[in-house]
Amino acid sequence: MRMKNFKNLRLALGMLGIFSALLVAGPAASAKDDDTIKVGVLHSLSGTMAISETSLKDVVLMLIEEQNAKGGVLGKKLEAVVVDPASNWPLFAEKARELIAVHDVDVVFGCWTSVSRKSVLPVFEELNGLLFYPVQYEGEESSYNVFYTGAAPNQQAIPAVEYLMSEDGGGAKKWVLLGTDYVYPRTTNKILRYFLEEQGVKDSDIMEEYTPFGHSDYQTIVANIKKFAAGSPTAVVSTINGDSNVPFYKELAAQGIKAEDIPVVAFSVGEEELRGMDAEPLVGHLAAWNYFQSIENPTNAAFIKQWKKFTGDEDRVTNDPMEAHVIGFDMWVQAVEQAGTTNVDAVRQAMGGQTVESPSGYKITMDAKNHHLHKPVVIGEITEDGQFDIVWQTDGPIRAEAWSPHIPDSASKIADWTYPWVCGNCTEAKFQTLPGVSAQ
Amino acid sequence: MTHTGGRLPLHSRPQWAVFFALVGVAALLIPVLNLAVDETSPFHVPDYLVPLLGKYLCYAMVALAIDLIWGFTGILSLGHGTFFALGGYAMGMYLMRSIGQEGVYSSHLPDFMVFLDWKELPWYWWGFDHFAFAAAMAILVPAALAYVFGWLAFRSRITGVYFSIITQAMTFAFMLLFFLNDTGFGGNNGLTDFKRILDFPINLQTTRVSLYIASVVALTGVYLLCRFIVRSKLGRLLAAIRDSEGKVLFTGYDTLQYKLFVWTLSAAICGLAGALYVPQVGIINPSEMQPANSIEMAIWVAVGGRATLGGAMVGAGLVNAMKSYFTVAAPELWLYVLGATFIAVTLWLPRGVVGLRLPGLRRSKGKEEEDATRSEGSPVEGPRP
Amino acid sequence: MRTILSSSLGGLARRFFVVLGILFILPAQGVAGEFEDALAGLGSKSRKQIKSSIQQLAHLEDPRALPALTALLEKRLRVDAEGRLYEVVEDSGELLRIPGGEVVASPPDSLRKPRINNAVRRVLGPAIAHLQLDSPDADVRRSAAEALPDRLSERMLPDVRAAAEREKDPQIRELLALALARADIQSGDSQRQLAAVELLGESGGRVAASILSTLLEQIDSEEGSEADPALRKAIESALARIEMRTDLIDMAGNLIYGLSLASVLLLVALGLGITFGLMKVINMAHGEMLMLGAYTTYSVQILFLQYMPGWIEAYMLAAVPCAFAVCGLVGMGLERGIIRHLYGRPLETLLATWGISLLLIQTVRLIFGAQNVEVANPDWLSGGFEILEGVVLPWSRVAIVLFASATVAAVWLLLQRTPLGLQVRAVTQNREMAACMGIATGRVDMWTFGLGSAIAGLGGVALSQIGNVGPEMGQAYIVDSFLVVVLGGVGKLAGTVTAALGIGVVNKLLEPLTGAVFGKILVLLFIVLFIQRRPQGIFALQGRAAES
Repeated sequence: MRMKNFKNLRLALGMLGIFSALLVAGPAASAKDDDTIKVGVLHSLSGTMAISETSLKDVVLMLIEEQNAKGGVLGKKLEAVVVDPASNWPLFAEKARELIAVHDVDVVFGCWTSVSRKSVLPVFEELNGLLFYPVQYEGEESSYNVFYTGAAPNQQAIPAVEYLMSEDGGGAKKWVLLGTDYVYPRTTNKILRYFLEEQGVKDSDIMEEYTPFGHSDYQTIVANIKKFAAGSPTAVVSTINGDSNVPFYKELAAQGIKAEDIPVVAFSVGEEELRGMDAEPLVGHLAAWNYFQSIENPTNAAFIKQWKKFTGDEDRVTNDPMEAHVIGFDMWVQAVEQAGTTNVDAVRQAMGGQTVESPSGYKITMDAKNHHLHKPVVIGEITEDGQFDIVWQTDGPIRAEAWSPHIPDSASKIADWTYPWVCGNCTEAKFQTLPGVSAQ
Repeated sequence: MTHTGGRLPLHSRPQWAVFFALVGVAALLIPVLNLAVDETSPFHVPDYLVPLLGKYLCYAMVALAIDLIWGFTGILSLGHGTFFALGGYAMGMYLMRSIGQEGVYSSHLPDFMVFLDWKELPWYWWGFDHFAFAAAMAILVPAALAYVFGWLAFRSRITGVYFSIITQAMTFAFMLLFFLNDTGFGGNNGLTDFKRILDFPINLQTTRVSLYIASVVALTGVYLLCRFIVRSKLGRLLAAIRDSEGKVLFTGYDTLQYKLFVWTLSAAICGLAGALYVPQVGIINPSEMQPANSIEMAIWVAVGGRATLGGAMVGAGLVNAMKSYFTVAAPELWLYVLGATFIAVTLWLPRGVVGLRLPGLRRSKGKEEEDATRSEGSPVEGPRP
Repeated sequence: MRTILSSSLGGLARRFFVVLGILFILPAQGVAGEFEDALAGLGSKSRKQIKSSIQQLAHLEDPRALPALTALLEKRLRVDAEGRLYEVVEDSGELLRIPGGEVVASPPDSLRKPRINNAVRRVLGPAIAHLQLDSPDADVRRSAAEALPDRLSERMLPDVRAAAEREKDPQIRELLALALARADIQSGDSQRQLAAVELLGESGGRVAASILSTLLEQIDSEEGSEADPALRKAIESALARIEMRTDLIDMAGNLIYGLSLASVLLLVALGLGITFGLMKVINMAHGEMLMLGAYTTYSVQILFLQYMPGWIEAYMLAAVPCAFAVCGLVGMGLERGIIRHLYGRPLETLLATWGISLLLIQTVRLIFGAQNVEVANPDWLSGGFEILEGVVLPWSRVAIVLFASATVAAVWLLLQRTPLGLQVRAVTQNREMAACMGIATGRVDMWTFGLGSAIAGLGGVALSQIGNVGPEMGQAYIVDSFLVVVLGGVGKLAGTVTAALGIGVVNKLLEPLTGAVFGKILVLLFIVLFIQRRPQGIFALQGRAAES
């Protein structure tokens, strides 16, 4: 029979092509090499989040290189599997699945935004993967398959507010809670609002304002802050995300607001962000983190030196999420060596209670119960060279509250992955009533 | 061939053969190879591939929808991401409601509402407890939006780039709206953490395969519907509108009605695709409405080949497969590959990938086929030479 | 016009002589040792010590402390290993001894900068203002009067009162009177209170309003006490007057903010008005041209830092032609290489230019890194001036408004008054006819696209001064630019200008009422409805051209 049209044949060929590409790509990539331990790196290298996440990818690569130079782990070399989820949230889930199912990685270091973490969470839980999440976040979560190496709100936001209330911090009476409209600022501000109310701050003395992602015109908002602040000491708590910070601070400076009049404390502005800004208008404004590059101790000095050498760029800076990856990576290596295997269940058990000397100058411990770190809180004032001058720090590491006691709905919740609780989100222990029953 | 009522047969016999073969492979062979074949076998289709293919199928539906309105009617929409996402949100709302009290805060409300201190379900969430309602909404809401928008736009004869740009404005406005936490759709995080669909656990492989098969069925249906339209008298009228709307108007046709019909249908198809997409990828959030996403959707069609239904589907599959492959194989350079492909296709393959004349597959021109789907020469744009 | 940042303290030498003069006239005050000790404390390593030393110096009211205090504030104070103080002269870099002011010929090896923080700066500002109130220089006194704290401390009150009494300059006297009124209101002396309320109602701003309403609350809470009904009434009327004034000021402020937003939109969209408006190329790479312009600015800044650090302030002036040239060349290259093959298929240019934009983004990311880069505002673009109380017009915004106007004027001149402009218009109106008349349409296309891209580059220079410079920056402006061009009417530059103005001002007037997001959504809705009413934009092309 004479074929009149080959359109569908071509369609068939096209589909076949895609198929074969995938099928070849799949097994080829998953050809398992038993001599190496695979480490997945799930950070956006393109799209809006590339600004922040590429450095984290570099840090993991640096740590892997260093570990391999030391002889690897369990006598095997580490091998990085880098993928680009392109700041696209469904793609994060897809790539996470691919890393675990196709590439058989033993651990994944990745994610930055809350939504990317929420997107990959079901994948890690379903396939029993292991994720190290290095960024300060809103809390209200504890997963069996995730270790949170960034700060929970009580390790960043509340100490910062306490500092601003103190005489040294300016004794703020009025508060502007300014953020980008997504879950981290919302939760942080919610916790802060409850906290401020507990401290006797009136509702009318709190101004809460949200801007969309990538908002770049802060003229009106800064003018409003000025109006609001007139007459009594005011502080701004900024959870403005990434790109919007430059226009915000530039507008503050342009409208003549100085840090000594209205200090801004930011939870998302670190050394890396400052590198892309003219720091002059920011001098004196604050940031609260668990680590600053300017902290002086031998561990940190070595870390900074190694980083500059690895990137081959003297101007590169270190920041808090990078340090979180360093801690997470070191702990994972220790846990693997202790467990003698990269098996996720074994490593997870070994992770609890791991201690490492961190660049922040403290011995940092992984909480076996809630999978978060005990971290110190450090508040720094921005200096002209884009670094931080440390003005306040906690006496020692603080335990993270995965569930905030300041939010009524979560106050009674407990995250505890040890027996007899074995639960990240419970009000009573799973095994309390049935002693002696082993975990499934 | 016998023509009845100006309609051309959907397919020739060999075409039907190919069609059934493809549907058979997609709907039967792949699920069997995934579920029944042992994992160690070289013929096993790995688990992760099934939802991935399901996703491509949903994208293929979107591509068909865009092809219908762009390739065949000459109206370029840069806002189809909105319809897709609205369909997705409708399904996502059902999936959220079906979580029941197993959410983080063990409330009957979705977690993000508890978190915003909302005490009651907003009225626009009512009914989404029922799958049928949600499924209907997934199609009706995008269709209704498209109808209103299209009526406003086509009535005042907004055409060409003007139309494209205001559809872009529309998707941008919707993105901003859905980004707001206060609108009650979960803000930036969107809807996620689904547990089950129609009482089946969503992360079970059999559920995934079922969703995949549902996508195959939906795509097949949509394809046949589109094919039916473009082969009918309506299809030729649409092509006429594309090539010279003025002349069609002068011959006494009310083009508004036809354009509005296709535009609304196209949006409904997108909504269906979105509804199938969400349970397979596990999240829906406003970034699906980014203007860039809608542009990319149009690009799938252009890459595959406009005004050919097969081309649209191939384009969607090809671009996304490339994206999946190169984001792993060349994470630093995949944008080059993608960008260069787009440029190359426009410069050298104005008819898209399916316009490629493969050596040995000499293209014989069946007259009626060609006439119905495209007018030779300037396939889409107006008279400028 | 009042400069906000106290960077106008260039007259350092002048002040220095003033202080010297005072030194001769006044005998050293207080116990000599006390002053020296407090001064030396400024060089301490402990910020607590610095803070208490400042307070002590202010308390001693010895103007000799001024050079040291201002040097501390302006980060020009240095300490050597022995704890002796020096100040660095801003322009010459000379080192002066403190106290005294002799030039130090051979600077000691290890000079340290005392580090201060907000807590220190908070006492430093008022301390300097306190000491400067006696300055013979009116400008110094004015900045001192402006820097007075919202609520005067007990210790400062008599000094300010004395200063107000001997002040000749009416403007400074008003500032001082306001500061005093803010204090008098709390005095309890009803006569004084009434006068103060009156004065604040006449010319006070939001700070005054806040103080007045606190007072009102106090009066209300002490119901039945000897609250003076006249005072109460005076306060209420003063508050009403202040509110009316500030409301007016806010309105004016919003208009001005709208104007400045409009200029940004205009600069961003103008290039697209040419590539898309005139040439009908759906130029999705337009945002990347903005990005290239901004990165050119960055590169020029780096080159200046490297090779002519003395001229760094002028880098912006060099960046403008550079960005124009770079983006123009890239645009012409793209036109010759890719876009010229696509004329007559406008919607396909969308696809190709989208590809181009991906390539450009990734190229820039590989060259400059994924992180944002720092483009500093030159000093002459930092700060701003207060047009009305509370409404500050930053210099960078003023510059953008001027820059936008100049660019529009230049483009208009180019298109209307030059042979190239004539050819461009001819080709865009009727290509065949133009070709028949002997115009090399291909070359004109190249120039036109180059011009559009070059203007986008200028937009990028402007954006680098108010926002981020990163590989993805252009993407954020694509929707806005297209909307401006479409709303204005494709092919009409006047339309582009009007549309930018309209969107900018409406957006800013809506924002206080609806919040940033809903404001933007409303504007988008409005645009869609407007285009629906006038499908060809504000300035529609007439006749047959509109149909093509």
